[in-house]
Amino acid sequence: MATAAEQWVLVEMVQALYEAPAYHLILEGILILWIIRLLFSKTYKLQERSDLTVKEKEELIEEWQPEPLVPPVSGDHPALNYNVVSGPPSHNIVVNGKKCVNFASFNFLGLLDDPRVKAAALVSLRKYGVGTCGPRGFYGTFDVHLDLEDRLAKFMQTEEAIIYSYGFATIASAIPAYSKRGDIVFVDRAACFAIQKGLQASRSDIQLFKHNDMADLERLLKEQEIEDQKNPRKARVTRRFIVVEGLYMNTGTICPLPELVKLKYKYKARIFLEESLSFGVLGEHGRGVTEHFGISIDDIDLISANMENSLASIGGFCCGRSFVIDHQRLSGQGYCFSASLPPLLAAAAIEALNIMEENPGIFSVLREKCKRIHKALQGISGLKVVGESFSPAFHLQLQESTGSREEDVKLLQEIVNHCMDRSIALTQARYLEKEEKCLPPPSIRVVVTVEQTDEELERAARTIKEVAQAVLL
Amino acid sequence: METPKYVCTGAFSVSSVASCARGQRGSAPELPFSPAAHISSVAFPSLQVHHVTQNGGLYKKPFNEAFEETPMLVAVLTYVGYGVLTLFGYLRDFLRHWRIEKCHHATERKEQQDFVSLYQDFENFYTRNLYMRIRDNWNRPICSVPGARVDIMERQSHDYNWSFKYTGNIIKGVINMGSYNYLGFARNTGSCQEAAAKVLEEYGVGVCSTRQEIGNLDKHEELEKLVASFLGVEAAMAYGMGFATNSMNIPALVGKGCLILSDELNHASLVLGARLSGATIRIFKHNNMQSLEKLLKDAIVYGQPRTRRPWKKILILVEGIYSMEGSIVRLPEVIALKKKYKAYLYLDEAHSIGALGPTGRGVVDYFGLDPEDVDVMMGTFTKSFGASGGYIGGKKELIDYLRTHSHSAVYATSLSPPVVEQIVTSMKCIMGQDGTTLGKECIQQLAENTRYFRRRLKEMGFIIYGNEDSPVVPLMLYMPAKIGAFGREMLKRNIGVVVVGFPATPIIESRARFCLSAAHTKEILDTALKEIDEVGDLLQLKYSRHRLVPLLDRPFDETTYEETED
Repeated sequence: MATAAEQWVLVEMVQALYEAPAYHLILEGILILWIIRLLFSKTYKLQERSDLTVKEKEELIEEWQPEPLVPPVSGDHPALNYNVVSGPPSHNIVVNGKKCVNFASFNFLGLLDDPRVKAAALVSLRKYGVGTCGPRGFYGTFDVHLDLEDRLAKFMQTEEAIIYSYGFATIASAIPAYSKRGDIVFVDRAACFAIQKGLQASRSDIQLFKHNDMADLERLLKEQEIEDQKNPRKARVTRRFIVVEGLYMNTGTICPLPELVKLKYKYKARIFLEESLSFGVLGEHGRGVTEHFGISIDDIDLISANMENSLASIGGFCCGRSFVIDHQRLSGQGYCFSASLPPLLAAAAIEALNIMEENPGIFSVLREKCKRIHKALQGISGLKVVGESFSPAFHLQLQESTGSREEDVKLLQEIVNHCMDRSIALTQARYLEKEEKCLPPPSIRVVVTVEQTDEELERAARTIKEVAQAVLL
Repeated sequence: METPKYVCTGAFSVSSVASCARGQRGSAPELPFSPAAHISSVAFPSLQVHHVTQNGGLYKKPFNEAFEETPMLVAVLTYVGYGVLTLFGYLRDFLRHWRIEKCHHATERKEQQDFVSLYQDFENFYTRNLYMRIRDNWNRPICSVPGARVDIMERQSHDYNWSFKYTGNIIKGVINMGSYNYLGFARNTGSCQEAAAKVLEEYGVGVCSTRQEIGNLDKHEELEKLVASFLGVEAAMAYGMGFATNSMNIPALVGKGCLILSDELNHASLVLGARLSGATIRIFKHNNMQSLEKLLKDAIVYGQPRTRRPWKKILILVEGIYSMEGSIVRLPEVIALKKKYKAYLYLDEAHSIGALGPTGRGVVDYFGLDPEDVDVMMGTFTKSFGASGGYIGGKKELIDYLRTHSHSAVYATSLSPPVVEQIVTSMKCIMGQDGTTLGKECIQQLAENTRYFRRRLKEMGFIIYGNEDSPVVPLMLYMPAKIGAFGREMLKRNIGVVVVGFPATPIIESRARFCLSAAHTKEILDTALKEIDEVGDLLQLKYSRHRLVPLLDRPFDETTYEETED
């Protein structure tokens, strides 16, 4: 039955073909041909692709002109021609052939040319030679390094310390060892360049708060808290850090540590504290800003400082609890991948620590001197003093900017040069203007050391006052 | 620790294993160079025309580098080894979690238990369960000059390497095959040390200021003039740390809109510097000129991604000697490429300065090239000069720019004066300016030691990587258990060696590394070789079958490059 029905359909179809008008057949034929063409033609392109020919490529390569490797530097660039110091950069310094009293090097405790420090370094040199010829991992760990780490940990009353061979690399390596992509770092706008580079290397999310403004910090922390509540899963793995300096290199001001510690526990963020200026300066025993405020050092997760200021050696260190610090021994880039600190520099740092421990009075002497010059420098027309009265490094800024940074720098340089002529060695604080996140205004940085006598401090203040008057008025 | 994943399935070829391992570092298989094919290593056998790679005339002498393939069985066993370690790691972590096994590592403060955990758990899995087992092979403290022989402080651990106790004993006179003391300037006597001592007494050790402020001493100026004349460049600048020389100066040279072409095995400092610069980074295969040329060509033809603007400039980052592979950069070809494509060349000579070339001027001297062809000559003082710090040399415009824009010059304390003096005196000695031939003899001695030591190890049947003239000699161990065993057995025999494993190397290519020195006498080397031979038999390390695949027989794999844009 089925076959009969099929045959009938076929007959009907043939009949329909005969009956259909010619134009219809022609149209259908064209359509069928069209379908076949579509089936066999290539897929259409959105745009015509035209690969470059070898010749065209060669022409492009020929055509390309790169920028020069470095742009030209004009011969009178303010930073091109360095001051040349002949002989040791200690209390009495010879700058560009002129004998001066040094108010520019961070030799706060005058340990740079201390005979005991030199003697200790010399003993080390005679035993170990100069270089270490290797990173810490590969036979570059000397017994002196272990001693120094031990001594620093004891001095700071922490569990562990770790030393780096370069001050700048210390905090710049420590931050990315902990803070990774996706973590959040709250950092003061005035933070020094080493911190900025560390943050950049960490690729974390960076939140800047106004300099020493705890309300602003709390606002950011609160905002983050609200953000966290929206996405609790993410919040559980997002580490939060607050990075601050003890005494700020760029402003000479101190951080409000007690408030920071309160915020730390309230919002569960860890504190990293950079103490390059405050270590060996603040506090009864020179332990820095924690001792200054009487805050337990355990409340701070990580303290970093360099050994290039108070200790007058080279290198830097981090200290804190072993749980935190030990991690850097495998993750601190500047620690793992760099040659270790020359043992003579480590030995010098140990001796400097000895001297600091034996004469705790030295810190109050330094503070007295700071206060003295700070007071003497008040009320100079045209210049303002920026920084704490107990900070051994503070800034002199123009009261009124001329409107252009270049002009300001020139004016200040003139003051520095005149002071140099009158045997007071000063320097402007130098910055990479295009690289700084928040560029501080131009300033002269005055550094106080224990070696400066009261008479020298008075003379320096007087000289600056007179020169500023002559230059600015 | 997902090792089993990398054991490729199906038809199991050794090269595919190698490529999986390389994949760990985000890159493709190493192309081995072969001594058997040293003629073809400079002449390209395929029909494809490659302008430079084909040009054997660029080399004045045979360029012999060998990277023997990993035997398949060894590769399989290595993966099995890591698999077992990982399983036991999980087991131990389980036991620690339920307090069945005592937990040795430091813990978070009680007050901060509710903070977000400071470490990712996985990050520490490797440290806790693999590294900790063999931790005694690293950070061995020494208490003498790191010369040809060294005194090591004996230490013991009673808690499986979680902590060490010093016994107070000193292992004396250990043969030092680990320090980068290439020319033997790590000494505590002699003219260099006398000079350094004198400067130390006059200047003290610190500087307490930066170069731009008031830390530019006459000593630094003297050093920089000397470095420039040593390198044969117009000017040079010295910095306080080798690592920072790279990481703080590359950002001054390139920035957004610039392209960095970096060798896949470049040192961490170069990688960090490149990242901090903000430039786009593309990686080419280790010492592979085809890969480099392809990247250069594509970069110029296609310009920046998305915007299609042409790149502002292209900087090629290479090292003279690669410290983990022992290979020497194919500098003549790199320079030809750089000239052809108008790119700039940054050459890091951390390991090669002093250690290579007939006059110790590094890799440029080794190939007999003109230092003017290298735009940025970077190197360190840590190794051959027995001091610390780094330098950059080049045209006067470059150095003037760095003096004003280098991060180091503005923000970092300058070099310590006694260290400067050590560099000055040792450099003068190498240049023969001290009136002796001592420097020249040291250079010769090192070259002889290198050839001898490498030849003997190869004869013994070890797989040795790298160039026959490179004083860095990697000996392949492969299996994780052998890393610890080799280090310990060698120390037992009074020889200090460096052993390295993942993450410093690809996961299956763990190795021991010897650094030769001019201070090694023939007698010392023979003693070391004898012991290495014995330990090699004991641990069955003589893997070599001398079945070498010539470099250029391997297909050039056109995988896409890795690109990072930050």
